[in-house]
Amino acid sequence: MSDTSKSHGLHLGLICVLALAYFVLPAYHSGNLASVMVIAIYAMGYNLLFGYTGLLSLGHALFFSAGLYGLGLMMHLADWTPLPAFAAGLIAALVVSAVIGFLILRTTGVAFMIVTLMFAQAGYLTILYFGKYTRGDEGFALQQASRQIAGYDLTDPGVRYYCALVLFSVTLLGLAYIIRAPFGRTLVAIRENEERARMLGYNVTAIKLKAVIVSGVVSGASGATYALLFGYAGATFATVQYSIFPLLWVLVGGAGTTVGPFVGALFMFYLIDYASGKTEAYLLVVGVTLVLVTLFLPHGIVGTIRTRFLRWLP
Amino acid sequence: MSKLIKPTPTLTRRTLLGTAAAAAATPLLGRYAQAQSSEPIRIGFQVHRTGIGASYGRWYDRTTTAAVKRINDMGGINGRPVEIVAEDDGTDPKRGAEVVEKFATQHNCDIGFGTLFSHVVYGSAPRAGELKLPYFVVSEGHHVASGALNRWTMQPAITDVKSQVQAMAPFVADNLGKKVTMIYPDFAFGHDHRDYFSEAIEKQGGEVVAKIAIPPSETSFTKYFPKIPRDTEVIYHVMIGPAVLTFVKEMGEFFGPSKPEIFGFLDSLEAVDINSPGLEFLEGTYFWEGHPRYAQADQSSHDKMYREAVGVDENGASVSDPKDVATYSHMFGCWETLNIVKRGMEAADYKSTADRSKLIEAIEEMSDMPLSDDHPQGAKRFNGKTHQTFGHQYISKVDSGKLVLAHTSSIEDTLYEDEVDYTTQSF
Repeated sequence: MSDTSKSHGLHLGLICVLALAYFVLPAYHSGNLASVMVIAIYAMGYNLLFGYTGLLSLGHALFFSAGLYGLGLMMHLADWTPLPAFAAGLIAALVVSAVIGFLILRTTGVAFMIVTLMFAQAGYLTILYFGKYTRGDEGFALQQASRQIAGYDLTDPGVRYYCALVLFSVTLLGLAYIIRAPFGRTLVAIRENEERARMLGYNVTAIKLKAVIVSGVVSGASGATYALLFGYAGATFATVQYSIFPLLWVLVGGAGTTVGPFVGALFMFYLIDYASGKTEAYLLVVGVTLVLVTLFLPHGIVGTIRTRFLRWLP
Repeated sequence: MSKLIKPTPTLTRRTLLGTAAAAAATPLLGRYAQAQSSEPIRIGFQVHRTGIGASYGRWYDRTTTAAVKRINDMGGINGRPVEIVAEDDGTDPKRGAEVVEKFATQHNCDIGFGTLFSHVVYGSAPRAGELKLPYFVVSEGHHVASGALNRWTMQPAITDVKSQVQAMAPFVADNLGKKVTMIYPDFAFGHDHRDYFSEAIEKQGGEVVAKIAIPPSETSFTKYFPKIPRDTEVIYHVMIGPAVLTFVKEMGEFFGPSKPEIFGFLDSLEAVDINSPGLEFLEGTYFWEGHPRYAQADQSSHDKMYREAVGVDENGASVSDPKDVATYSHMFGCWETLNIVKRGMEAADYKSTADRSKLIEAIEEMSDMPLSDDHPQGAKRFNGKTHQTFGHQYISKVDSGKLVLAHTSSIEDTLYEDEVDYTTQSF
């Protein structure tokens, strides 16, 4: 069996396992899994830029929030139905990532990190500034009655789970395709040696801009999905904390692997959930665990498995 | 999606056999039901143990523990003991929603309770509504009464910011001055103060002569003070977070001894000792208090009992550590909410989670709640339509390093027109 076939098998197998998991897991865990799939979409979007292109952004919360508010404001203020509002979320993320990408790609390295952080902070303050519409830090709830598509109630546990699964699957397979396509190969080439890629004739800046846009739109899709399925939009999601989270999920799961972001998000969710149930000092437990993971699994969980055991892992 | 499929009842040989078997097992079922009825009432306590709300969370935790002990000492609720299932939400709206889900689907809690910060309430309430989990917040946000949430969410024991601010205007206009400059944080909480107070002071014949919004990331305030108009008679301030100490110190340096009247909300200084270095400038200024921090000369027996039960001394600090100042203006909400839940469950003859909607309806029926051991902060008037309570507000003056009660507003001062009728929403 070729590596490509094995990769397809892994992705489809994961989707099948998740599809079946709803039937066997208790309600609490299936609800958690829906949430994890949504944030894993965010992590996968981040991974495209960080794991495959080598650009470490500290401002992805801006793209997540663009999708979140793109959908949320249209539903909250203009009474749009979910599908057009979801499209608005994607368009908002597209526009924001294109404009921000155009500006931030003039920097590299540490400057890139700082500039992305500053833009995200500017986005956060913009949300607060327009508090009349966004309700600032408080945010707003999307009413249950409005969160329906073609008669399906998105607040129903089953509908919500499979809606999250569909979007997760589309993102996973789509990004897996992109990574194997010439565009994805070029991203890896830029990550490994940007000067060589440029010398070979690639328009590195244009390709990186495309990567920022794809990454931003996927992150925005995650934000829009969160608002739609969980009924809330607020400025907290635009804070620096929510820019650090995807970095953490990707590092723990495995940067530059297709399923690493999902594994990282799942691991982090249950680490916090389990530890907080055992001790009030759970943040200490989480911190120590992350230090240990970093020390002993420097490539992340999936990345280390790939390095040591399964070289074919995508 | 097998969980969504509901079986269609048809009379077959198998169902008849099943019915017979069920009938034979009825005595067992009865015994189980009895066992179940002695199960504790499980109250999911959504607590801010970490994050920006941690100082509040610590005292909410202590108050809740004391309230539950008192309820259990009195025989529990409907003969069942009360058990608290506490989960930290990190003062984060996403984690808040997950905690609510955990209460409903993993811990099988009867209700969720205890949330303070408004953004966590907004993030969690939709899930509570979807899971049909009665969700009692202790937040003072206007979110419940505004109609933005759902029928499963209530705020029965603490007044909201709109009524608090509105009730301050008559005192400010009559005693301090009519030309007010407002200084507030540039986010939703500050905007609520700006909007509600501006409207209320105009009704009293006063006016807001300047509105100075401070960005949330600000650490120095010197540049804002020159914006205060010279004809200002009263400065109305509400600052949140650690920067409040710098704010007060710099305001003192700016005005010196010739300061205008100053009125603030104690939210700024919850869990902060009023005698902290740098706060000397507050001497002679006025504060809103939800519940007087210092035991007053005419302290009620109810406040005395409540203070002792929670472990708060006469200066509003922990009896075991005088430096550990309580969030006294807010935490009574936990005590009173649990007593309201107790009364609601007793009125609804609450037996299991199947009776959750009966509990909501029973509380919606409530109205006046007199000053008592159940309500040590003061009398309340609950509005079942808006799911929001109304009650007395307190204004204290800083006198010799203590907050001395100067005025108590009437409940009528806090009332405003209904903005929603949750009772028209179906469960």
